Amino acid sequence: MQEPLIKTVDLKKSFGDLTVLDGISVDVYEGEKVVVIGPSGSGKSTFLRCLNLLETPTEGAIFFEGNELTNSSDLEEHRKKMGMVFQHFNLFPHLTVLKNITLAAVEARLAEKKKQKLKITKKEIVAEETERAMKLLARIGLQDKANVYPSTLSGGQKQRIAIVRALAMNPKVMLFDEPTSALDPEMVGEVLSLMKELADEGMTMIVVTHEMRFAREVSTRVLFMDGGKIAAEGPPEEIFGSPKDERLKSFLSKVL
Amino acid sequence: MGINLLNAKTLAERLRSAFVVDNRWLLYFQGLGNTILMSLFAVCIGVVLGVLLAAVIYTTKKTGKLKIPAAICNVYITIIRGTPVVLQLFIMYFIVLVSVKNGIVVGAVTFGLNSAAYVAEVARAGLESVDEGQMEAGRSLGLSYSKTMFKIILPQAFRNIIPALFNEFIALVKETSVAGYVGILDLGKVPGLIQSRTFDYLFPLLFASLLYLVVVYLLTLVEKLIEKQLAKSDKNGGKKIITGGRKKCKNRS
Repeated sequence: MQEPLIKTVDLKKSFGDLTVLDGISVDVYEGEKVVVIGPSGSGKSTFLRCLNLLETPTEGAIFFEGNELTNSSDLEEHRKKMGMVFQHFNLFPHLTVLKNITLAAVEARLAEKKKQKLKITKKEIVAEETERAMKLLARIGLQDKANVYPSTLSGGQKQRIAIVRALAMNPKVMLFDEPTSALDPEMVGEVLSLMKELADEGMTMIVVTHEMRFAREVSTRVLFMDGGKIAAEGPPEEIFGSPKDERLKSFLSKVL
Repeated sequence: MGINLLNAKTLAERLRSAFVVDNRWLLYFQGLGNTILMSLFAVCIGVVLGVLLAAVIYTTKKTGKLKIPAAICNVYITIIRGTPVVLQLFIMYFIVLVSVKNGIVVGAVTFGLNSAAYVAEVARAGLESVDEGQMEAGRSLGLSYSKTMFKIILPQAFRNIIPALFNEFIALVKETSVAGYVGILDLGKVPGLIQSRTFDYLFPLLFASLLYLVVVYLLTLVEKLIEKQLAKSDKNGGKKIITGGRKKCKNRS
């Protein structure tokens, strides 16, 4: 049996007296598309944000490629391999679209160059990363936006660029935190179809979303969270087709 | 007396004694040079130290690290903002830097250290005006805390605080006019110096004021220029511009 890409063991998180995560143990294997659903306040986003330690868990452990993250000294190296897409895009408003995409990749390669005393010049690195970024932009049909600033883009364009920005780091897994929740309805489609493309290419994905159709069509496994716990878990056919858990049934009756 | 003076001398003579006699006009520009020199160094010290203070305090607030340095920064800001700059100048000139012979250096250091406390508060507000998601986005891409700070947070904070920062610079330039108290020949000192020889304050005061006005006006031009440059990159951004800072220049501590 292969080792899970991400493994959490009895993950707990509380903010003061409020327990948000109450013991989450999940294994995510390479190539899986895990969709996390659940009512507001069930801890879905916190769970996702714990995976790359944007939130520090109160208890429990997170393993990424077999490395324990919570006391890792190499957290930045691991984070590079975990792309994250936010509800509010979080593009860098003071940088052009192109710079948004290349910034972290260039920095990472400059650090590597310094560490391993590589011969490559900064100029070459920038040129290579720019070329890669342009290819990524071409893929989403936004090459012509390379030199504009994010404030001139639509929500859908911003989110697709945010996805591309994460892809520029060549991540092993993509984490999506309600990527379509802040979008106007007519822009949800373009973002979901890009995500679907990624899924079809075999990208490992963990997606927190309210898009039940996406969950049903794309996911290989659905986690239903409630009250900081995983209340139900299974393939989408089972979760949506024949839900057993009472809370899941009542949740689905509200959202479907 | 004033009327007597007017009667006794024509305006032309008063002008002559204020500027031409003994090449007095040189004094104004010497004073102006010293004022600019002190202000420039003070601004540099103030910005570098101020941003550093703000970054430490911000880091503590966000991450809980650097608690002791942050406490020291806060004490520093409290003391500097809580005492008059003239007394700070005396303390530096007569006690701390008593071995430094060059008054301009003492002035530059004093005003720089003073300005840092004000810049720190402005910069802190600027850092806090940057959306939290920016730090998260930077970190999630594998950038270190300091890289995210320098590449993502600070540039955005800077654009948000330009008006407040220039407010501080303007206040600082005029504030250096207290340097005359310890015998530094700055622009604020020149009218008194000339009056002591000519017994006529009118033109020296007017001209020195005019020179300050020109310097401050040039500063505001620079501000507008920077804002214009930054506006290009952010058509509908800059929503969270922070104004304020210290409004009055004199009589503040």
